[in-house]
This record gives sequence, C-alpha cells and structure tokens, in this order.
Amino acid sequence: MFVLKVAVEMKNISKTFADVVANNDVSIKVKAGEIHVLLGENGAGKSTLMNILSGFYTPDSGEIFIHGKKVELTSPREALKCGIGMIHQHFKLVNSFTVAENIIMGNGNSALRLDMKAGIEEIKKVSQEYGLQVDPKAYIWQISVGEQQRVEILKVLYKGADILILDEPTAVLTPQEAEGLFETLRKMAKKGCAVLLITHKLDEVMEVADTITVLRKGSVVGTVNKADVDKRKLSEMMVGRETFLRTGKIDNHPGEELLTLDRVTVLNDKGIKALKGISIGIRRGEILGIAGVAGNGQKELAEVIAGLRKAEDGRILLRGENITGLSVFDRINRGISYVPEDRLGKGLVPGMNIQENLVLKKYRSAAFSRGAFLKISKIREASREMIEKFDIQVSDMYSPVKFMSGGNLQKTLLAREVSDTPDVLVTSYPVRGLDIKAMESIYDLLIEQKRRGCAILFISEDLDALFQLSDRIAVFYGGQVMGVLRPEQTDINEVGLMMMGSKKTGVA
Amino acid sequence: MNSSAITVILSATIIAGTPILFAALGEILTERAGVLNLGVEGMMLVGAVAGFSTAVLTGSPWLGLISAMLAGGTMALIHGFLAISLRSSQVVSGLALTIFGTGLSGFLGKRYIGVSLKAPFVKIGIPLLKDLPFLGPVFFRHDAMVYISFLLVPVIWYYINRTRPGLNLKAVGENPSAADAAGINVFRTQYLHVFLGGALAGLGGAYLSLAYAPSWLENMTAGRGWIAVALVIFAAWDPLKALLGSYIFGGLDILGFRLQVLGVMVPSFFLKMLPYLFTVLVLVISTSRRSKYVWSGPGSLTKPYYREDR
Repeated sequence: MFVLKVAVEMKNISKTFADVVANNDVSIKVKAGEIHVLLGENGAGKSTLMNILSGFYTPDSGEIFIHGKKVELTSPREALKCGIGMIHQHFKLVNSFTVAENIIMGNGNSALRLDMKAGIEEIKKVSQEYGLQVDPKAYIWQISVGEQQRVEILKVLYKGADILILDEPTAVLTPQEAEGLFETLRKMAKKGCAVLLITHKLDEVMEVADTITVLRKGSVVGTVNKADVDKRKLSEMMVGRETFLRTGKIDNHPGEELLTLDRVTVLNDKGIKALKGISIGIRRGEILGIAGVAGNGQKELAEVIAGLRKAEDGRILLRGENITGLSVFDRINRGISYVPEDRLGKGLVPGMNIQENLVLKKYRSAAFSRGAFLKISKIREASREMIEKFDIQVSDMYSPVKFMSGGNLQKTLLAREVSDTPDVLVTSYPVRGLDIKAMESIYDLLIEQKRRGCAILFISEDLDALFQLSDRIAVFYGGQVMGVLRPEQTDINEVGLMMMGSKKTGVA
Repeated sequence: MNSSAITVILSATIIAGTPILFAALGEILTERAGVLNLGVEGMMLVGAVAGFSTAVLTGSPWLGLISAMLAGGTMALIHGFLAISLRSSQVVSGLALTIFGTGLSGFLGKRYIGVSLKAPFVKIGIPLLKDLPFLGPVFFRHDAMVYISFLLVPVIWYYINRTRPGLNLKAVGENPSAADAAGINVFRTQYLHVFLGGALAGLGGAYLSLAYAPSWLENMTAGRGWIAVALVIFAAWDPLKALLGSYIFGGLDILGFRLQVLGVMVPSFFLKMLPYLFTVLVLVISTSRRSKYVWSGPGSLTKPYYREDR
C-alpha cells in the first residue's frame, strides 16, 4: 500500500467571535484519499474551522498549508484556487438560477460571452464521472433538497476542487439518500480527493470515516483511526463525560382526543398546497411525532394549528369545538401554545429583555397590568420565578434576549409557552442547534408536560429523538400523511422510506 | 388629429422619456447588484449641473457629458461606501444622497442660471432612416444622446442576460453569500455597478441640461429621479421593459402640455400630476400580493453583505 500524502495542514488556528472563543489553538492534518470526520457537539467549533479553511472566516492566528505550501486564504475565491471547496450546511445556491447557472457562475477566466451549451456539456461530463444525477436546466427552487446537495457537490468538483468539505450533509437527507451520498464520498476519496466531513452523528462516523478528529469547546480532543475506537469511546471524547442514551418514554395511557385535524388543506407562501387534506388527532398526554424531510408541510401544519395560517379547506377541532376560523388570540385563550422553529424571530422579540418576552402573552391579565399601565414589579417577580424554575442562565434581566445562547433562548420560549399550562403544545424543531445538555433539558420539559396531560405535537428532523420521545409518529411527505406508526413497531429504515413517499396502509 | 401631429407627439414623448430611461437603466444595474440607491434624483441634478458647467466652460457638450457621468458616479460612490463598506441602511443613505445632491447642485449652479449654452446637443437626422415614413420623424431625427440611449438598452440587456459578468452580477444581487462561495468578488461587483448606476443617472441629468432644456435651472429634474426608481420596479429590473415604461412616463409628461395647446380645458396642475399619479399606481399594482410571487426583484436588495455573519 502506498503512503497517503498530506493535503491539508492547519496549524495552531485560533478564532474569536466577539467574546466567544470558537477555535482555540486547533491543529489538524488531512491526507489526500481519506475521509476525515470532524466530530463534535454543536458549538464545538467544527464549522468555524472549516469556514476558515474555505476562506469565509479569517483566523486570528495560525497557519494553513495546502499540499505542503503555506497559503493565505483571504476569500473563498483564494480557497477555490487552492482546490478547496465547501458544501455548506445552508446551501450556497441562487434559487432563481438554473442548476447550470449555479455551477458556472464565478468562472470568469474565460470568454465574456456566456456559452450555456458548452457549460451544460461539461457539467454532464463531471456528473457522469461521479454518478451525480442532476438536470442542468432545472431551477434550484424546483428540485429537492437532496438534488440541491448534488448540485453543490458538482459545483465544487466543476471548479476543480480536490479538497472537499461537507458541513452536516445528512441533516437534510433521508437515510437512503445519505447512503447514496456516502457512496459518492468514497468514490471521491478513491480518486485522491481529501474529504472532510462535519457531523455529530456517531453512526455516520462509524460507517464512513477513515480518520476522526474530535473537537470540544473549540479545542481538539484527539485524532484517531476509526479502527481503534467505538461509539462509546467517541461519545465520551465528544461530551467529556459518559453519556447514556435514555428512553424518556413514560406510558401514561393517552386519554381522549384533544386536537383533531379533519381533512385540512393549507397553502404555502407561494400559494401551492402544502397540506393536502390531512386528518390527524392528538390525545391527552400523548406526544405525536412528525417525521419528514423539511419542507413537506410541517411548518404549515404547525402554523395552521396555531392560527397563523388559514385553512383553505377542512376543520380543526379542539375538544370537539370547531376552532378553524378563530384568531391566534382566541386559540391561545383556549389553551393552544406554539413553539416555532425560528425561536429568535417568531418565538421571541430579539430586542426586548427576558422579562418582557416572558409576559408577552399575558401582560393583559390583571396580574400584570392595570389599564394601560404595566405592573413592573409583578412582572419582575414572576420572571424571576420562571427563570429559576426552568433553570435559565441570565446574566442581565434587562439586556436584549438576542445575546442569549440558543439553549437558554429555547428554555425561555418554552417557559413562556408552558407556564400557561396549555392543553395543546405545538413544537417545531425544538432542539435544532442545541448541544446535548440543553437538548436533554428541553426533552425533560416536554416529558413533564406530557405527564401533566398536555397533547404535544413534536416536529423534528432527528429520527432518534422522534423514536425516543413519541408515542406515535406521523410521517409527512408532499403535504400528505404517509402513515402513522408506533415507534416500537417500526424502525428507522421504514420511516426513511416513507419520508421519500412510500405509503403505509393501516393506522396505528 | 392628423398623422403629422401624432408623429410630433411621439417624437416629443421619446425626448421626454430619455432622461428617465438613462436613470432607470442605471438604477437597474445598481439594484441588480443588490444595492438600492434612492439618490437618483440627487445624482441626476449633480450630473446636470456638472455637465452644463463643463459644456459652458469648454464649449463641448461631449466633455459635459463625460463630466456629468463622472459626477454622478462619484456621488454614487458615496452611497457605495456607506452601503457596501459600512453596511449602513441603504434607504437612509440614498435619501441623504438626494437631499445632498439637491443642495449641492443648487449651490454650484447659482452662477449658471440664465446662462445660455453655445453648443448644446442638436438634432441630427440619421441618413436614409430619417426619411422613412412615420418611423423617420419619430425615431431618427433626434440628438446624439437619444441615439446613445437607444443603443444602451440592448447593450445592457445583453450584458445582464448573455455574459459571464452579467451572470455574476445577478448572483451577487440574488445571494451574495452564494456568489462569494463561487469565487465572485462581491465587493468589487457591487461597487462597479453602483458607480455605473450613478454615471447613468448623471447622464440622465445631463440630458436635461444639455439637450432637453438646454439650460440650467435649480431642481430641474422635478422628480424624474423618483419616477426612474419606481419605473425599475414596474420594469421588473428588465432594460427592455424600462424602455417601454420610460416612454409611457414621457408621454404622460408631455400630454399636459399638448392638451393645453389643443385647447382642452383641463387644469394644468392636474395634468402635471399625471406622471406621479401613474407612479403611485404602478407601485400599487406591481407590489400587490398577486404579482409579488412572480418576481419581487433581486433577493438581497437592500441587505448589506458581511462574509463573517453567522
């Protein structure tokens, strides 16, 4: 066997944002022809490090060597010239452009005239070489997220990259699509590319990695060969202590149906049907998980229940009462709470402080106001109680909440939403972007609400979490329910297939 | 009305639409790069006075034209610095530019009020074409600047839609982060097109002072810069539609004057109001909910870009 050459060497890289240290004296070596996984929790500094390598961030200190030569990566353009291409978590694609335009843009070295035909021919060649199927003439907004990812990969290959960085590439894919992606990555490594893969999913690491570098709180914990470790060891390195995956499920025999959706049809922002006559029900003390690739109607489902979006057709019943035409305000008063996925845009007011955010839904009540005047001291008192009860870390009760960390923001939002003891709680991606500790406390909160008898709609992209928490899982695809399953009677593969549109008859 | 009256009106329509067309073409280039410049009115005025004074001092309208472009472009660079480098609010910065330009042009132009231009742009018929029936008198008996505007429309259309720099320009305006990742120099693209936009606005102003009037009057653009800004939305950021729109506005502009000549009894203030009323209508229609999802302009318009944003 021949010895693999070092393609990338990053030495003593440090990077600070405001007062947060994102990377602290990080050094890694990546060889050509290997798949090198960067493993770590959210906020460990993986993305920051890779954004430095792709020219998006400028490091405060440190050196970078590409194929043994020292380089200054001052812009993505410079990085591309060195053969470094990154597939970002949020794709860097122009939605109103075609696939071909997205791949060709930025290649300004040749003729002034844009020769689309020649470009498309070249794209087809690269796409065949790597088995990445795309339609060059389709518009980005027309194609699926999986296809968009293929376009991103093709784009960097077309630009001649031999060092590929992928940031959490499987977050938007079904298990089957992820398998296809890994196949492509192996092919690229075999051709001599250096592949860097950012992830926090241990299963993926064990499946695809050659070498693994674990990051924690901005520093390297260690670099290991996959053959020398197992999942338990890796997770210890990642978190810094032993973790145990628990099943938070408590069986408290869900009661009567609280919320019923009866053949509900909803339009999305573009005026296209996002929900096509769906019927589901949630019972008292039940967590109903919603699985599906993002963009298959989950957002519209949450919004139509909360009253933020109009139902074009069908009925929504709360305890048998038709609430289809009621306003958001009336629904809140009847016991519906909503934790939106966009916690700092829709959920909380970024510029207001934590007290104001906590009373946002009930400042009208006699407890907190008299006429037009707020009872400031009562609000402060109630806020203190909630901050303590929900264990929210606050440095200053008067500074805008936008400076709080994701975990604390989510706790604040949940504190407000559950303090009214709602009957129905709609949560969209409640742990997105949170680290394991924050995630655990959010899950504990949900379980507590379930125990109290709340009917919970739990929308998530994390299949493991869905299996752990849900009493039933409804799988969404193209605005329809592909089936409702009990987690103990199914497995991730079946759910994955349904997420791509295969239907399951019979309802759990 | 006989046919010669119609050709006279149409010919006057083109002349009245030309300054708006220049400014609108410039604003299209600027906005395609994701930068909204509400300073068009100010840039036109500064262009008009710079062009006029240069033409008076040198005796050459062509040097006036170049000076107007440089003046408009320089004004635009002020906006570029604030909006691109300092990432300040594009709306506030653009409004400030208009107010600044109005004051500056009034100040610089004081000594040119009542001065006559010895060599303005004069009408030149294009051989052969000018003798075409109907089309000749309408399109081919104008001054050089009108012909330049005729040429600019297809040239800018081709640039945006059929060239590599044009594709990069659109990418920057739609999604600067994606453009950056693809190796496009976002900073340079935005500055360049902000400058070009200002230069074309300056050209529009110079048309008023070097060909249309030809003289300098304080505040002589009379809101044409604002009409151009509205027109960009009406034209859906497309140079060809901007041509059509400019002539519609031009037609409304001269309609009042012509109706009075014909003895139609409509208050002159009402007629002068027409182009602006139409502007309001255009904005209402083109930004209404139904048409919004067809295309609501460059995706990152007015949003400052910062690479290290998280």
